[in-house]
Amino acid sequence: MSDLTKLSIAAARDGLKAGDFSARELTAAHITAMAASKPLNAFITETPEVAVDAATASDARRARGEAGKLEGIPLAIKDLFCTKDVLTTAASHILDGFNPRYESTVTSNLWAEGAVMLGKANLDEFAMGSSNETSYYGNVVNPWRRQGDNRDLVPGGSSGGSASAVASFSAMGATGTDTGGSIRQPASFTGIVGMKPTYGRCSRWGVVAFASSLDQPGPMARSVRDTAIMLEAMAGFDPKDSTSVNMPVPNFEAALTGDIRGLKIGIPKEYRLEGMSEEIGALWQQGIDWMKAAGAEIIDISLPHTKYALPAYYIIAPAEASSNLARYDGVRFGLRVEGKDMNDMYASTRGEGFGAEVKRRLLIGTYALSAGYYDAYYLKAQKVRSRIAEDFKQAYLSVDAILTPTAPSAAFGFGEKGDDPLEMYLNDVFTVPASLAGLPGISVPAGLSKDGLPLGLQLLGRPFDEETVFRAAGVLEEAAAFTAVPADWWRG
Amino acid sequence: MGMIIQGATGDWEVVIGLEIHAQVTSKSKLFSGASAEYGAEPNSQVSFVDAAMPGMLPVINEMAVEQAVRTGLGLNAKINKFSVFDRKNYFFPDLPQGYQISQYLQPIVGEGKILIDLKDGETREIGITRLHLEQDAGKSLHDQHPSQTFIDLNRCGVPLMEIVSEPDMRSPEEAAVYVKKIRSIVRYLGTCDGNMEEGSMRADVNVSVRKPGDEFGTRCELKNINSVRFMQQAIIYEANRQVDILEAGGTVDQETRLYDPVKGETRSMRSKEEAQDYRYFPDPDLLPLEFDGAFIERIRETLPELPDPKKARFIKDLGLSPYDAGVLVAEKEVADYFEAVAEGRDAKLAANWVIGELFGHLNRTSKSLGESPVAAPALGELLDLISDGTISNRIAKEVFEEMFDTGKMAGAIVEEKGLKQVSDTGAIEAAIDAVIAANPDKAAEYKSGKDKLFGFFMGQVMKATQGKANPGVVTEILKPKLDA
Repeated sequence: MSDLTKLSIAAARDGLKAGDFSARELTAAHITAMAASKPLNAFITETPEVAVDAATASDARRARGEAGKLEGIPLAIKDLFCTKDVLTTAASHILDGFNPRYESTVTSNLWAEGAVMLGKANLDEFAMGSSNETSYYGNVVNPWRRQGDNRDLVPGGSSGGSASAVASFSAMGATGTDTGGSIRQPASFTGIVGMKPTYGRCSRWGVVAFASSLDQPGPMARSVRDTAIMLEAMAGFDPKDSTSVNMPVPNFEAALTGDIRGLKIGIPKEYRLEGMSEEIGALWQQGIDWMKAAGAEIIDISLPHTKYALPAYYIIAPAEASSNLARYDGVRFGLRVEGKDMNDMYASTRGEGFGAEVKRRLLIGTYALSAGYYDAYYLKAQKVRSRIAEDFKQAYLSVDAILTPTAPSAAFGFGEKGDDPLEMYLNDVFTVPASLAGLPGISVPAGLSKDGLPLGLQLLGRPFDEETVFRAAGVLEEAAAFTAVPADWWRG
Repeated sequence: MGMIIQGATGDWEVVIGLEIHAQVTSKSKLFSGASAEYGAEPNSQVSFVDAAMPGMLPVINEMAVEQAVRTGLGLNAKINKFSVFDRKNYFFPDLPQGYQISQYLQPIVGEGKILIDLKDGETREIGITRLHLEQDAGKSLHDQHPSQTFIDLNRCGVPLMEIVSEPDMRSPEEAAVYVKKIRSIVRYLGTCDGNMEEGSMRADVNVSVRKPGDEFGTRCELKNINSVRFMQQAIIYEANRQVDILEAGGTVDQETRLYDPVKGETRSMRSKEEAQDYRYFPDPDLLPLEFDGAFIERIRETLPELPDPKKARFIKDLGLSPYDAGVLVAEKEVADYFEAVAEGRDAKLAANWVIGELFGHLNRTSKSLGESPVAAPALGELLDLISDGTISNRIAKEVFEEMFDTGKMAGAIVEEKGLKQVSDTGAIEAAIDAVIAANPDKAAEYKSGKDKLFGFFMGQVMKATQGKANPGVVTEILKPKLDA
């Protein structure tokens, strides 16, 4: 039955419906795969008992003729989503022993549609990172390795555990969250599909906050169709999240018509970075050619403020984080390191509880909001953000979607970019602008690097037009016919 | 009149501005559904949002928004259809989020003004700078454990309105009248219960001094004042402290000071240099607060008649004196009581009875109006007995006494005790004849021009009839008899 893990969500859904196998069998296969994937460190907490119980309940529902959109489908949940009575860590020491008494809206939606939780996926601490090297629970390892090279590579971040779990066939899909590229970049690094919906499409309620105005949950899976199925289950208006948008959730799977004739696809000239690797440039061109061949109209566009996106992002996100993470003070939950007085307790708790990257961003953010610097940094960054959103708005007057690379490189090795945070931050250069503008974006595996590592292309759409993004992504996926899978070395 | 401090170098004027924190009357908190009621068991009214659990998000309580708009309208202020919630960041154990959600640059209510009535009959206009909505913090309990502090989060997230005045007040009395006026307005509006003992109204007071006509001096902010009396004491102490410094050639440091009611002094809490950098920025978890003109108009339509217009009406339509009208409108309950008594009756008579007899009895017995044994209809019935001549004003006071003690109705008491006024001319005439006969010398003096003695005869007749004789009838018969 081990081949059950190789199924797509769509195929598993059909198999379950046809009675070819049960949810218990499907879940059992994934629990085995998850256990075997320990060297990847994709999970912080495995919840096989929860999974078996959920699968049993799912089979019972199906027997009663009830089946949700994800009935019986085993998923990994990024450990940034609060799950009732299940340890939730945000990959931080400071949340030691935190078992929420509530369930995030997105995971509640998934369970309501019959999905099964395999465990809580590893991530960069508080989702701050692009390589999954900042987790208190250790690095996540990419299932992919360079050809003829058995050194471990990073899975990208911050949803690196989710990406690794899906790419290693330990989970059929996973939830991620994307603040500046945290779904799309790891999807690109691990050869899977990752979709960041429009800001406001999925509720943030119960998701540990990093940067509130940017954070957005989304699906990660091995096909465009699977992410479409998942997003439909995850999304929806939530009165508990004031930034959630009250719009009907379309049938995203139905958007996959395979027909993009006449669709106008923009190619932003500012994304052609100086010094960009040739293979990324070539892959991008390949994508353009595929879209053209499928009948799309390719239009050169300009997003003039692109180069300011990264600096603006690295002010706004840390500024919000510096305030959002103030609640981790040792008073009510998580880690407390006693001190000689209250201030000492705060300092000791936060000093021990947060890792280096989180501290760096909290300091940057605190600085950017400080009296005398606010106007020069935070306010300026917000103005840049408005300009970037305006760039996209202008572009969408003439195009329906935008095609770019997802990341400037393939997965890299551990420590390769550890010394210089700025070089690490450059990983997000193609993903951050759409995050600042709140736009939907997807990464689709489109080819292999010369080292045999997956590379993704990104498609961006208009606000709340995930359907067009999915439609174009479906065509791109079919054209790319990306079937490569990592050798399962971790099974030893 | 402004307060003047006579210093060695001349007169000093005191300049005062107030920030009043008024707890919004609301069932639930500003951003969560937890109860905002006072006095519950510690930590029994705390939602996950209030406790700032990871991933929890604030959702604005529309009722609190309505209350803020209602208050703004009551303060004759500009209502901002677009306002923004900001985070005020600081660490404190009773502030679980590590920030207070408040409104900084764009408050829900802008400039307004109210009138205050001063003792000398003067009316002054006090400017309102702004009103904004914000969350209250929790409470640290230091007396529960020898070495540790306990935290009660019940109050955490309770909606507050901060009402900021212009520095328009010039004496502790003016500040006191201003606070009472704000209290009166919010109580009329039903937007705050104004209970200073329970902390639902607190004030921070900004005090500075200057030579009359000079620019404003450097101000100090006095924190944590929870009674009008303490506020006045604090202002007097602080103004004198500043004058002493300035006259000694020093300068006043801008700082936050705490008033100690036990020692009757203010002491430095933190200087401007030590002031926290709150790193205000718009709360990204909340959209800007927006509503349309129709929303404001809907609220405006439900506004009650406020103290100022009510006072004007009492003066103009009911013929009350400005003083009586002012006393009667200060509290809505009093005004309502008075209006119920005055309805269809002589308003001046009603005002006299409410302010004189009723308030007198309530004060003596330390009762509030709500606890009064004499309800408005009962007092009305008593006034009717006066008006229709059943009893005299003097007897009415006796009857009222009985009503207040026993809660009985006036008619029943009059009946029971046989206090009905005598208008029977025969009986009265007999009493008059007897009194004149008993005082022939006084009758002669009267006749020879000592008009004042009429009162003596009047009194004797009333005495003879145990006060039950109708004074009008007595006058009517007595006069011709004496003149004869």
